[in-house]
Amino acid sequence: MTCTDFLSQLTDYFDGQISAELLDEVRRHTAECSHCEVVLDTTRQTILVYRNNEAVDLSPELRDRLHTAIMAKCTGKR
Amino acid sequence: MTAIQSPGTEEIHPDVALVARAKDGDQAAFEQLVRQYERQIFRVAQHITQNREDAEDITQDAFLKAYEKLEQFQGNSKFSTWLVRIAVNESLMRLRKRKTSKTVSMDEDVQTEEGSIPRDFAEWRPNPEQNYGQAELAEILQKTIQGLPPGFRTVFTLRDIENLSTEETAEALGLSVPAVKSRLLRARLQLRERLSRYFRQTKEGLPA
Repeated sequence: MTCTDFLSQLTDYFDGQISAELLDEVRRHTAECSHCEVVLDTTRQTILVYRNNEAVDLSPELRDRLHTAIMAKCTGKR
Repeated sequence: MTAIQSPGTEEIHPDVALVARAKDGDQAAFEQLVRQYERQIFRVAQHITQNREDAEDITQDAFLKAYEKLEQFQGNSKFSTWLVRIAVNESLMRLRKRKTSKTVSMDEDVQTEEGSIPRDFAEWRPNPEQNYGQAELAEILQKTIQGLPPGFRTVFTLRDIENLSTEETAEALGLSVPAVKSRLLRARLQLRERLSRYFRQTKEGLPA
């Protein structure tokens, strides 16, 4: 497996949609290629850091206001 | 840990009954759907537009559109995916209206190879959560995702932040599954490259 082949398998790897055979090849490649090993690890960290640190959220006040506005708009249509 | 997967979607979703009741004019059922998804729709809109006021407007407009078009919803996809698709379209339309944004469709901004080939091979140790306080980390994450082209930002938001499956993401964006996979790869690699400026380990073992 080349570094380019490795990159082309990365999405399926993270999505758990990679065949056992290719998974084996990815593991063998990252064991030998320190660059790709870092890419694998830091891409995983990229996904997890965004998933675990949701920066965008509604305060209870804003949510109440938004909810009221949505319902007012929608019920006004009937 | 190897895979970062989404939960399965095999069972009949409880939304099916709520949508049926809402179609029959049951306002409480529609309000329940609003309650379930208003936060998600707001987050999606905010991530795409990067603007809180726009996100508020889009959330209201998306639910209004859903309410008006409820009869057209055939249930071929999940209600939430249908709703996200409406919100994505509203968000991209909003970006198009902004003079400051050059690239606003799902297609225009994906030609660039920038950041798609890894160049930074430094490790991130200690990991970002150990290295930064919550507020500082949130600022870095926000600033970094802001720099992505909207098309990539949208795919990453739906798939990796909102945890939609690849198929749901494709449906919400009107793209093929291979197109989602290819954009997701480039979005993840570009974000990784940009975040590495903050999280990379220096020779002294301290972050840069």
